[in-house]
Amino acid sequence: MAQTSFRRRARLASSAILALTLATTVAACGGSDDDGTTADGKIKLTVATFNEFGYEELIDEYNAMQDDVVVEQKKAGTANEHQDNLYTKLAAGSGLSDIEAIEVDWWSALMEQSDAFVDLSDPDVEGRWLDWKTEAATTPDGALIGYGTDIGPEGICYRSDLFEKAGLPTDRDKVASLFSDWDAYFDAGRQFVEKVPGTAWYDSSGGTAQAMINQVEYSFEDEDNTVIAADNPEVKEIFETVTSNVDDGLSTGLTQWSEDWTASFQNDGFATMACPGWMLGVIEGNADGVEGWDIANVFPGGGGNWGGSYLTVPAQGEHTEEAKALAKWLTAPEQQIKAFEAKGTFPSQVDALSDPTLTGETNAFFNEAPTGEILAERAEAVPFIAHKGPKFADINTAYQQAIQRVDEGKETPDQAWDSFLADVERLG
Amino acid sequence: MEAGSTAVKSVGDVGGPTSPTGPRPDSADVRRSAWRRRLSRLDTVVSPYVFVSPFFLLFLLVGMFPLGYTAWVSVHQWGLLSGQGEFSGLDNYRRVLEDRYFWNALRNTFSIFLLSSIPQVLIALGLAGLLDTQLRFRGFWRMSVLLPFVVAPAAVALIFGNVFGDRYGLVNEILQGIGLEPIRWHVDTLASHVAIASMVNWRWTGYNALIFLAAMQAVPRDVYESAALDGAGRVRQFVSITVPMIRPTVIFVGITSTIGGLQIFAEPRLFDTAGLGGSDRQYQTLTMYLWELGWRVRDLGMASAVAWLLFLIIVTFAVLNLLASRRAGSLKGLGRKGAAR
Repeated sequence: MAQTSFRRRARLASSAILALTLATTVAACGGSDDDGTTADGKIKLTVATFNEFGYEELIDEYNAMQDDVVVEQKKAGTANEHQDNLYTKLAAGSGLSDIEAIEVDWWSALMEQSDAFVDLSDPDVEGRWLDWKTEAATTPDGALIGYGTDIGPEGICYRSDLFEKAGLPTDRDKVASLFSDWDAYFDAGRQFVEKVPGTAWYDSSGGTAQAMINQVEYSFEDEDNTVIAADNPEVKEIFETVTSNVDDGLSTGLTQWSEDWTASFQNDGFATMACPGWMLGVIEGNADGVEGWDIANVFPGGGGNWGGSYLTVPAQGEHTEEAKALAKWLTAPEQQIKAFEAKGTFPSQVDALSDPTLTGETNAFFNEAPTGEILAERAEAVPFIAHKGPKFADINTAYQQAIQRVDEGKETPDQAWDSFLADVERLG
Repeated sequence: MEAGSTAVKSVGDVGGPTSPTGPRPDSADVRRSAWRRRLSRLDTVVSPYVFVSPFFLLFLLVGMFPLGYTAWVSVHQWGLLSGQGEFSGLDNYRRVLEDRYFWNALRNTFSIFLLSSIPQVLIALGLAGLLDTQLRFRGFWRMSVLLPFVVAPAAVALIFGNVFGDRYGLVNEILQGIGLEPIRWHVDTLASHVAIASMVNWRWTGYNALIFLAAMQAVPRDVYESAALDGAGRVRQFVSITVPMIRPTVIFVGITSTIGGLQIFAEPRLFDTAGLGGSDRQYQTLTMYLWELGWRVRDLGMASAVAWLLFLIIVTFAVLNLLASRRAGSLKGLGRKGAAR
């Protein structure tokens, strides 16, 4: 007993030297003690994801196909949570899952640590993904660090029942013609909140700002990853636009992923939201039992991509070969189409985009909308992929917080902008 | 300690058989018995330390080593992923002390600490006083006060997150039901501190109550009888007998809740999803600030500097706490207890 606890403690101490002052979190970060095999001698692979990847049934399928491998999924509630775990265990050098999903916002910060991941390049997967998706995952010396899973082409999801109440059109094509640009979208919102008091126009200021930032090619950092957030007029303009909507009641004032935000899906909290493919599964889960959700084939100001992820194989894993095989299988077009059918995560694989199963896909929850066709068109409408350097996620958090302070009435837009500038300065 | 010294005595007895009825010792025997006596004496002197050493060796490894290593990290540039950089002296400390979020976190930590520890210790004392009486189903009541302690902090945060929801939370719905204004638990600084403190209190009050209860049961019952004969009521007995008699325990609980209270992490960390303590960091505590520096800003050098500053703050407060509670009230009781040991 003393011996095992000694060994465990010794390992904890060496893997998380700073554990002392973080005594409360150590228990949570202790990691798994297993050696990567199950009791009956099979290799155990873990896949760490966040939000909804749509992998549940795929993993069952893979397990049924394999005799000597058992796959288990570890799902984190939010991308942030997943990211914190990833950083901690990357620094500790142990404890990561065999496969770790990584979201694009953090991608370039982790590309700087490309040694920590297995080079996944493989002749079998050449040309599997959209070019830009692969390029972003390739290091200067040609190693492929991640296999693309999904991309996040955005449409606008809306509640047709609430639109009807407000006297707005409910048909998804007519709705699409309402939202040609952001101003038109916000104007429709002002009209809406006048007619339906108590319900906001969009789910959160942060989410809306994020959608707009994703339409700026160089938002917080320029090509050389120099931080330009403070001087970029586009960043300031989006900030001003979104914060000036607060007084008009367009925003719920909630932060995405908070408990109140989740509850607002059940309480007619808002009528529309920027909606990348992977959000469909989130909405369906949060709005379970609510009728009237639909998706319009439009995105204000052209197209936009929000998020999308990669699967990586950390080099610290014990079964990197098997993990690579699994990642390869999971990110194959056939499998990604199934994930799309399950949770709406839109494939980044070239062959999947023209696949009739994908283009013919309809979503019962979203009023039988042809989500496959809509998102494929939304993907085509994306003019470029916004550049996200190593500091993107950190600055974005500060940006979102500044907007939130205005939403909550803690600061005026001017004060919030100034404190955002101070935060950017602090992040260096 | 006591168990250790008895063990030593018996070992010493066996190790030194100088029997007077034995054969007449020759010079070698004399030498050997002298050597044995020395060994026996050595045994008495050294053994206690050997017996307690496992704890101290472990403590060196998992207590002192991280402490020293953190100090080492704190005087270097040190990235979470990039590792050790150049020696930078006290630069990390300077940067921490110049950061307004450090002072903000310090304020929040003390506010939440005071809002949690004071009511917690008082309620725990009262609760223990009640549990110390002749209740029916005593075991049941005593067990149930410990129940919240067994629940994982993450689960507590989840439940209280719903209770203290700004818009759709239980408390606000009740407030609105009786015609009051809803409280913005996640927005207003003081309200968020109260919400977090109540999570902490819910979890720890029962635990402290049981510690108090254990101490109260050691108070001789005849003291109460004489007090009752002198006409002291229940409340008077509690204030004038129970509390002074368990003063060492009160000090102990005071110090442990100071240590715990200044390190509050899980509850405020899980109070929102971003984990930075609200849009204005209105409930970011020092440990959360440390975590932000280490894992979000990915600067372990600065994070370690915060860890050391926090350590010094806690030591200062633990000492102050000890001095204050020694000074307050009668020193006699404590002195006698100390002498008895």
